This record gives sequence, C-alpha cells and structure tokens, in this order.
Amino acid sequence: MSEPLFTPAEQKRFDDGIAQLLSHYPNDRKSAAMLPALRLLQSIKTWCPPEGMKLVAERLETTVAHCYEVATFYVMFHTEKPGKYVIDVCTNLSCALRGAEGMLKYLEQKLNTHAGTNGEKVFLRETECLASCGTAPCMQINEDHHENLTKEKVDRLLETLT
Amino acid sequence: MSVLTEKVMTRDWGKPGQNTLKGYKERGGYQQLKRVLDSMQPAQITDEVKKSNLRGRGGAGFPTGLKWSFVPSLEKNTKPRYLAINADESEPGTAKDRFILENDPHMLLEGIGIACYALGAHSCYIYARGEFKYPSSVLDAAIAEAYADGIFGKKLMGKDFELNVVQVRGAGAYICGEETALLESLEGKKGWPRLKPPFPAVVGLFGCPTVVNNVETIAALPRIFEKGADWFSKLGAAKSGGTRLVTLSGSVIRPGTYEVSMDTSMRELIYDKEYGQGLPEGRNVKAVIPGGSSAPVLTPDELDVKLEFDAFKPLNSMAGSGGVIVIDDATCAVRSIWRVARFYAEESCGQCTPCREGQPWMARLIRKIEEGRGEMSDLDTLMNVAQAIAPWPPIGLGNTICALGDAGALPVQSFVQKFRKEFEEHITRKGCPYGEKPWGAYGEFQ
Ligand SMILES: Cc1cc2nc3c(=O)[nH]c(=O)nc-3n(C[C@H](O)[C@H](O)[C@H](O)COP(=O)(O)O)c2cc1C
Ligand code: SF4
Repeated sequence: MSEPLFTPAEQKRFDDGIAQLLSHYPNDRKSAAMLPALRLLQSIKTWCPPEGMKLVAERLETTVAHCYEVATFYVMFHTEKPGKYVIDVCTNLSCALRGAEGMLKYLEQKLNTHAGTNGEKVFLRETECLASCGTAPCMQINEDHHENLTKEKVDRLLETLT
Repeated sequence: MSVLTEKVMTRDWGKPGQNTLKGYKERGGYQQLKRVLDSMQPAQITDEVKKSNLRGRGGAGFPTGLKWSFVPSLEKNTKPRYLAINADESEPGTAKDRFILENDPHMLLEGIGIACYALGAHSCYIYARGEFKYPSSVLDAAIAEAYADGIFGKKLMGKDFELNVVQVRGAGAYICGEETALLESLEGKKGWPRLKPPFPAVVGLFGCPTVVNNVETIAALPRIFEKGADWFSKLGAAKSGGTRLVTLSGSVIRPGTYEVSMDTSMRELIYDKEYGQGLPEGRNVKAVIPGGSSAPVLTPDELDVKLEFDAFKPLNSMAGSGGVIVIDDATCAVRSIWRVARFYAEESCGQCTPCREGQPWMARLIRKIEEGRGEMSDLDTLMNVAQAIAPWPPIGLGNTICALGDAGALPVQSFVQKFRKEFEEHITRKGCPYGEKPWGAYGEFQ
C-alpha cells in the first residue's frame, strides 16, 4: 500500500475547502473552481502531486488532463516537488534599474545554486514584475514578499531559512 | 505648476484603521452606496458615471460609463450579469492597485456595490494576481467584514438586491490581466484570450454579460458619488475625469506610487520635490517608459506631456497603466529593451503565431546585439518581426488575438527607432558600450 495522500486533518481541510469553493460557482460550473482548488491542494502538500490532481478532477467533475493543463500553464503551481524554500526574484526592468541582476548573482553565490535549479532546500527562480516597482528590488520567499532589498536585508532573510 | 489640490484616491490612506470596516465607516464609508441604493435608479447611476468622465485605469483608458452601457438590457438578454474586477496588476512598472487593496480595501468594495447595482449584477469576482499574498489577505478580511455587517449577501445594505463578492487568486500568468484571458481563468481554464467580438459586455463570464473593470476604476466610484460627477470631471482633463495613481520607478531619487493631477507633466513627476525629486547628481534622463513596459518609449524632449490619457496620442505612446519607468543616461538602452522583450516572450500564451514565434525571436535578436554578435541586418529583421506582430505608429494596428502582441512589439519598435545609434554602436563595437555596468545610476546591488 502506498501512503495515503492526506492525514485525516489534511483530508478535512481539503474537503471543507472544496465545499466552500464550490459554493462560489454556479452548480453546473464546478470546474471553474480549478485555480482555487489547485491552490488549496498546494497549500496542504506544498505541491500538486498526481494523486492530488486525481482528487481535484473528481471533486470538480472534470478530467485529470484539465488539471494538468491548468497547473502547467501557471508558474505558481508546482507539478514537481519544489525545494523547501521557493525564492522568486524579480529581474524585470524597474528592479534591474535598482540592482536586481546583482542581487540575483549575490543570491546564487550565497545559496550556491543557479537560478532555475530546483534543489532540496532552495528553488531559486527569476520571476517577472511583482508590483514592487517603486520599492525595488524585491523577491518572494514562499510567497512572502520582501522589498527595498539590500545586501544586509538579504543576509538577514537568508539566515531565517533553516 | 499643477499641484494636486485635493487627494481623491489616497485621501485616507494610512489613517488609523482605514483598512478595516470600522475605520472606513468612521470617515463616511458606505454612505454613498447607501444613498445610491435609496435614491437612484440603475440607469441614473450609469449616467452619473458617464458624466464624471471616469476612464478605465487598467491600461486602455476606456470610458467606464460607456462600457457599462454596452451590457444589453434584461429584456434583450435574461442571463445573469457579472462584474469582474481586474486586480491582476502585472504590467511591468505598475504598482498601484495593490496599495488600494492594502490601504483602503473597502473603497473598492463600496465601489463594487455601486457598480453591481447599476449593472444588475448579483455576483462579483475579484481576480487578484496570485503573488499578492498580503494584499489579498487584507481584501479577504474586508470582504468578510462586509458580509458580517450585512453590507453584502442576500440584501445589499438592506435593499432587496442580493450581492455576492468573492476574491479569486490567479497563479502567475501576466496574460490573465487581459480581460478575456481573465474570464477564461475565472472559468477554471488556462489563460487563453478570446477573439473579440463578442465583447465581454455581451458574452463574458460563463457566456453571460460581464463588465471587467480595473481596481482603481471601481475604487473611484464612492468619491464620484460623494462629491458629484461634475466635480470629478472638472478635476481632470477635458475627457478624463479625476486624478491618477502613477508608479514612478527606475533611476529617480524618490521612486514610489503617487497620486497626481491629470494636469501634471511627466517632467514634474520626475523632478518635483513631492514626487521623484529628479535623478542623482550628474545623471540625466535618457528615456522614459510612460505607461507600463508596453508603452512606446519617450525621449528627454518629450517630457512636457501631461499625464492625462489623451495627451500621449500625439507622441504615439500611451498613459497605459500609469507605470512610469525612468532610464538614466548611464543605462544601456539595448539591455533595457532586451529585458522588456524577454518578458513578453515569456508571457505570450502561444495562441497566435506572430506573437508566439515573434516575441522570442525579438528577444534573441536583441540579446545577440547586446552581446556583441549582432549585424546591421539584424536591426531590419528585428523591425520586420515586430511589424508583423503589430506595426507602429500609430497604436492599435495589431495582427493578433489580443493586445499582448502589441505590448511586446511596440516598445521594441520605439526603442530601435529612437535609439538606433546605440544599437548600431553595439554592432560596430562588437559589444555593449556600458560593459559590465549596463544598469545606470542605481544599478549596483548594495
Ligand atoms: C496583455 C494585457 C495585460 C493586461 N493586464 C491588465 C492588468 O494587469 N490589470 C488591469 O486592470 N488591466 C489589464 N489589462 C487591460 C484589461 O484587458 C482591461 O482593459 C481592463 O481590465 C479594463 O478595465 P478598465 O476599463 O477599468 O481599465 C491588460 C490588457 C492586456 C492586453
Ligand atoms: S497575442 Fe500573444 S498572448 Fe495574445 S492571444 Fe495571441 S499568442 Fe496569446
């Protein structure tokens, strides 16, 4: 027997969550809840594992292929298990003009990785504009947003990654 | 000089509790929705919005009241109608809607109440970009407060009119800011834009009439009804009412998000002490992207343009989403547009051949030039590829399903046209004249 996808507590969170999500859509439009459902799955499992995708397809009365079509279109969904910390660094123009390329290099050095490489602890990625243009440069660590970054601030943030 | 005489959108930002229902109500919040529900017919509301000259703040500057009037009457079309709020805010250089959500979420929610009543919409979906963890949490809390207080729900502020409002979060796809891709995403699909017509006002979410409006657009409504459509219209320019939120970024001393009068010039925004405070000692403006990275670039002789929607037309550029990116004269223009081109290449949804193939092709050509491997003929190829997606000038000649095609093709053409010498210099020198330091005054990470 393979391990069950969810612990009982997680299962409840998933079931309650899906029920709530479905209440926001017309009855014959269950699959409209796809993005929030995948977000829910990912918030529980940190990614979208295959068994989870099957479950989402079932609950939303759609196909697994539909789940993957959506999950692979949007960069925030992980169809492969990501490192414990996903670090997204904006290198778009407004951030680049405030040192983002240097910041990315600095992170690569400190974390001993290359942007785009998924490691066990850290998955460092270059990302697009995060709406911090007036407070650049910026990055997100597991979706927590950090802006007006300096070497000193980055050092402090990296210390918190255990 | 055109100082902002009166703050409209940011008036209460930062005041105690403003992002909670209690604080919002203490400063008169929800009184306009109440008054509108008690004393106005839906058609009158739309008329007021028309009179106010409110124009869409999402990028296209489309007159809001006019857009609403495209929704067919209930006699002609009995389907439910929807309001979708565009909080996807992903156009590079733009950071304003997030501050409305963070600082004054109920202003948006009150606006939603007014708009939904005018449109006869009983459901509103707020589509927020997936990366907005904190802004979305503030908004969700505000929505919950509004339900608990009996504002939303079975009876909109006690009126016999049901209104449900829910936030849906995206998941990292710029294209979902395009209104029809947004609707596809709300329907649980990948964000592939739809061919228009039909327009969303007729066939939108779930095949029903739908109005898509930007956060800032709808958040302006409470103030319009508080102070009057005439007041709002007079505040602005001839055909654009109100004030604007602009995001100033790049090589200025004081970057940030500012509320400005439509009468403010680009030069004032960059240099005035209450805004950008100019560039650091010794640096001058080389280029300014005036309305998010898809807006054709301006040169230093074009900075007297007012920050009003129609003022950019003679310059073949646009006010767009209000994202102003200042590029100083120690910055490489080729490197700058390479970064922009990579973005549109990455974000093309892949439906139309010119966009899917052309955007990455442009990015590769610019990279080749920036890295010193370019030939003069590459510049012609670059222009040809861009023109095949959307020739410029003027704006609006795109050959693709949605305007992301234009968004990527226009800036490239404008950069090559206005900074051709610099492209050529890269080619003849076989390398970037700025060497290891292409990013100008503030380009070093410190
Ligand atoms: C590629 C693309 C991206 C867009 N992104 C956004 C966005 O992030 N936010 C937004 O409000 N409008 C965006 N728009 C504009 C919308 O399609 C639409 O015009 C707008 O939301 C309408 O609202 P408004 O009339 O209040 O401006 C985008 C358009 C395109 C073509
Ligand atoms: S223009 Fe580009 S983004 Fe828009 S529909 Fe076509 S391929 Fe997709």
